[in-house]
Amino acid sequence: MIEINQLSKSFEEVKILDKISTQFEKGKTNLIIGQSGSGKTVFLKCLLGLFTPEEGEISFNGQPLSEMNDNARSSLRQDMGMVFQGSALFDSMTVEENVMFPMQMFTNVATDEIRDRANFAIKRVNLINANNKLPSEISGGMKKRVAIARAIVMNPNYLFCDEPNSGLDPKTAILIDNLIQEITKEYEITTVINTHDMNSVMEIGEKIVFLEHGKKEWEGTNKEIFKTDNQAVSNFVYSSELFKKVRKVYLDENS
Amino acid sequence: MLTLLEHIGRYFLMLQKTFGKFTKGKILQKLIFQEVDDLILRSLGIVSFISFFVGGVVAIQTAINTDNPLIPQYLVGFATRQSIILEFAPTFISVIMAGKVGSFITSSIGTMRVTEQIDALEVMGVNTYNYLIFPKIIAMTLYPFIIMISMTLGVFGGYIACITGGFASHAAFIEGLQLDFIPYHLTYAFIKTFLFAMLLATIPSYHGYFMKGGALGVGKASTTSFVWTSVAIIVMNSVVTNILLT
Ligand SMILES: Nc1ncnc2c1ncn2[C@@H]1O[C@H](COP(=O)(O)OP(=O)(O)OP(=O)(O)O)[C@@H](O)[C@H]1O
Ligand SMILES: [Mg+2]
Repeated sequence: MIEINQLSKSFEEVKILDKISTQFEKGKTNLIIGQSGSGKTVFLKCLLGLFTPEEGEISFNGQPLSEMNDNARSSLRQDMGMVFQGSALFDSMTVEENVMFPMQMFTNVATDEIRDRANFAIKRVNLINANNKLPSEISGGMKKRVAIARAIVMNPNYLFCDEPNSGLDPKTAILIDNLIQEITKEYEITTVINTHDMNSVMEIGEKIVFLEHGKKEWEGTNKEIFKTDNQAVSNFVYSSELFKKVRKVYLDENS
Repeated sequence: MLTLLEHIGRYFLMLQKTFGKFTKGKILQKLIFQEVDDLILRSLGIVSFISFFVGGVVAIQTAINTDNPLIPQYLVGFATRQSIILEFAPTFISVIMAGKVGSFITSSIGTMRVTEQIDALEVMGVNTYNYLIFPKIIAMTLYPFIIMISMTLGVFGGYIACITGGFASHAAFIEGLQLDFIPYHLTYAFIKTFLFAMLLATIPSYHGYFMKGGALGVGKASTTSFVWTSVAIIVMNSVVTNILLT
């Protein structure tokens, strides 16, 4: 469980996040949506502790981030997995080495066991025959899978994904979404996903936070987003004719 | 925009953090071997090539510019030795290395910054300063060996040029090499070489680590890094020379 209270962040006098409060529950896929430049990545990086907010508090399982000392912070970090927007794989390491890396860095487990656990994670994300390839030798979809495997190899309690399916074809995008949701359920992880993919919103949006100009404009579930009369979120989600129709069908079926 | 003073402040903070929380020994060891390969071994070829030929040219220039019967032949050996040991090998080669090693360091760290690999390490709880910069500093402690090779090949190049061009006899050149040899000059040369090595490892790291902008930024950062590293080397050279030789 992550609680965010009145979070604000500016860069050089420009307010990027403005007093955002919300919470993300365990075992759920929580989505942050919003236009490009609305502050989704900055928000996620505040949760990760990569950016320090000027105002507000973020708590992990009731523990405020600001009250943690360095040790508490570094053990929290090892309890977090992150899938970056561009995968951020280490390009001098093979796929297997990438996934093994966090365990090699932070545990004293023997290399053979690390390799077993890495391969378990690699299998879990359905990657086959890629162990010895370099990141430059695999496709974008495979990179995302490696990034997810690396993020879950330490069995984290928190998983953050920055646009996990951007740049992927629709079918692969859905597979990646489903994979993240399955893993979230299976290991009872608190998952936060940035996205502007409407498929993801409809499919895995158990909780959706809509950001606009750095403010939280709306929050709810994927069921509620069909019924909302909030103009800003409707304009964003139903900007395409297709999704307008989807909404109409959904409302007709459920009325 | 940061002022020069703020850059300097941030640079020293970076150095402090580099020696903060250490990366696990086994991983660090692997990184150091990698850096020795990238920064030291891969520089040997170009340094050897340049040193040999510039050494030759220094000897030829000295010979033809002192073509006076009153000036003894051994002077060529003496002048070649002095200019190579005191300035050419330590300083001139280091400025070239600011281009080679420096832009390699800036672009490799910069690429990691742009592709969020540094963020990924940070999220895992790695001290990225130590992980990225410390192995480079350690690898660069071997840099004086490069300069030693440069000195040897430079003098050898001068010798070959003199003999083959008939500017000085074998005996005269060797006599010049041994003339008035002051061991302290070597100490001075290696002290400054070591300081240049530290600049070569850290200033390009700084420019890579704190770079801004996408892939285009990496190229820009490499250029800026080369300029500032060479400026720092030249300034350091005159400071050290003033302190140690006057
Ligand atoms: N390190 C930084 N320094 C200064 N400004 C920044 C920094 N990072 C982000 N910003 C600014 O914050 C704003 C929000 O950026 P952010 O990357 O969070 O958008 P986003 O919602 O993730 O967009 P996208 O969907 O395109 O990824 C942008 O205007 C950006 O210029
Ligand atoms: Mg983003």
